[in-house]
Amino acid sequence: MNFWEYLHSRRELLLFETWQHASMVLQCVLAALILGVALGVAVYRSPRWSALAAGSAGVLFTIPSLALLGLLITPLGLGVAPSVVALTLYALLPIVRNTIVGLAGVDRTLVDAARGIGMSRAATLARVEFPLAWPVILTGVRVAAQLALGIGAIAAYVSGPGLGEQIFSGLGRLGGANSVNMTLAGTLGIVLLALLFDGCFLLVGRLTTPRGIRD
Amino acid sequence: MTDAETGSSGIEMINVTKRFPGLSAPAVDDVTLTFPGGEIVVLLGPSGSGKTTTMRLINRLEEPTSGKIVVAGRDALSLDPTELRRHIGYVIQDAGLFPHMTVAANIGLVPKMLKWDKQRISDRVDELLDLVDLPPATFRDRYPRALSGGQRQRVGVARALAADPPVLLMDEPFGALDPLTREHLQDSLLALQERLRKTIVFVTHDIDEALKIGDRIAVLDKGSRIAQYGTPQEILLNPADDYVEQFLGGTSAMRLLTFGRVADVPLEQVVSARPGDDAAELRATLREDGRCGVVLEDGDRPRRWITADELTGVTGPVGERGSPTAPPIRAHDTLQRALEALIQVDRDRVPVVSASGAYRGTVTLATVQAAVRGMRDEADA
Ligand SMILES: Nc1ncnc2c1ncn2[C@@H]1O[C@H](COP(=O)(O)OP(=O)(O)OP(=O)(O)O)[C@@H](O)[C@H]1O
Ligand SMILES: [Mg+2]
Repeated sequence: MNFWEYLHSRRELLLFETWQHASMVLQCVLAALILGVALGVAVYRSPRWSALAAGSAGVLFTIPSLALLGLLITPLGLGVAPSVVALTLYALLPIVRNTIVGLAGVDRTLVDAARGIGMSRAATLARVEFPLAWPVILTGVRVAAQLALGIGAIAAYVSGPGLGEQIFSGLGRLGGANSVNMTLAGTLGIVLLALLFDGCFLLVGRLTTPRGIRD
Repeated sequence: MTDAETGSSGIEMINVTKRFPGLSAPAVDDVTLTFPGGEIVVLLGPSGSGKTTTMRLINRLEEPTSGKIVVAGRDALSLDPTELRRHIGYVIQDAGLFPHMTVAANIGLVPKMLKWDKQRISDRVDELLDLVDLPPATFRDRYPRALSGGQRQRVGVARALAADPPVLLMDEPFGALDPLTREHLQDSLLALQERLRKTIVFVTHDIDEALKIGDRIAVLDKGSRIAQYGTPQEILLNPADDYVEQFLGGTSAMRLLTFGRVADVPLEQVVSARPGDDAAELRATLREDGRCGVVLEDGDRPRRWITADELTGVTGPVGERGSPTAPPIRAHDTLQRALEALIQVDRDRVPVVSASGAYRGTVTLATVQAAVRGMRDEADA
């Protein structure tokens, strides 16, 4: 069977796994966005806490994904749970870091002006700091999504959902029938998803960045 | 000072001190200062003297270490700072406009926080844009980055005025502009103030700006120590100490001239004549007078200087004889303007006309000298 015949014969499974992969990544990145922004907002005013938050997210990052997934089997078992937890944790780092960098990078004189005309802390954050930091935060989300797409493949190691199953099965029976086709299909699917996600982020970026600071 | 003296919109700082953690000397050291309602008070001092800190204590962007601050009759320290700031306009260098909001959104921020309805905010935005000479149709939907520095600063002023606060704080608002734009905005501010009569605290380190803008000037030294507090004339005529004198930079006489108007000094009258007057008669008068005369034409406009020598041997009317005068200065011009004109002409005098252009007299260097002496004498008395 050549590659095209393989794709054709397995198209339903492949489409399903692609959908699963995309859906898992999207949900994990969304969860990481909410958690990450909340964490970033909580710490960005204090350099000490900022360093601590970015640092611990960074340490998490150095744990190899395979090891983290393996470690999560004990408390969470196999399947969706450890995959989602691991993906969310990995997606957290770029989002937390960019939230902190973005908020800290807002021109202090603007924050001062906001306070000076009588905006409360919360209003200053919501109406001035957050909108101005948003392009930087969104870049973090984009990086997080790319990251999660790749690491999502490894979730198959703990029987997680998604295209990883193709890659792992292919690599598992290297030399056997369709092994190369499976690996290739899984990899290509992820690359295509990555391109698709990137396109979406570009669009979301354009739609959500205020006109006055768009370039 | 009582409330009646400061007016209901005045500001009082009483024994106010501000220490920043980690700094040995206080940034504001036991300052007592009254800002009368409806006047522009300039805080003038070198960098680091504490001007900004003093101003920011008023709207509580800085909390005083000790002391009392009264804004428009209310104890500022007992109010909610956010609420307090909504009733005090705040303008900073570079305007501090929010780049992600349109001009209209920037100006409408405070009214929106005060829960005005949409229509009222929109009307107010247009009214304010008109007030600061920016046509609303052109500017209301622009973003700050599409404005020049001067336009941005005008929007900054409009934003500060949005909820019609009785008090306006301005921290070097024109500091980043080129001299021409700065002059222009200073004039606009003065014209605005004519109408609005706000209590304005204006921070600058530019002495000329202070003299031009201020009803009163507080000259500040380190720790916001008030070296002198008075009207521009008082400070120019009677510098309180060496520090103030040094700050004025030894050109106070020249600056004093900007406060005297030509109309307020006794003008020197010379013999005036018309083209139809008899030349021989005029020559005799001029000879006796010893100075030159002035020939007036259509509606008393000064046209030519005329001397006895120029009329020697002439019979009949004076006619077109004489040499053209310099462009006249007006009675409401400053003495500085008069001196400027005197330096540039080849005569020792310049004609002065009323607003309608009619001849009023002449100024000479002696006139200007006498005026400065007069101001000094008055101050010493
Ligand atoms: N937030 C702060 N923390 C610590 N020190 C401060 C702070 N703000 C001001 N200072 C110090 O207080 C003193 C007065 O500063 P301030 O900004 O009031 O001076 P200024 O007269 O406005 O000067 P400039 O003309 O340069 O704006 C300076 O020594 C400054 O370093
Ligand atoms: Mg300052």
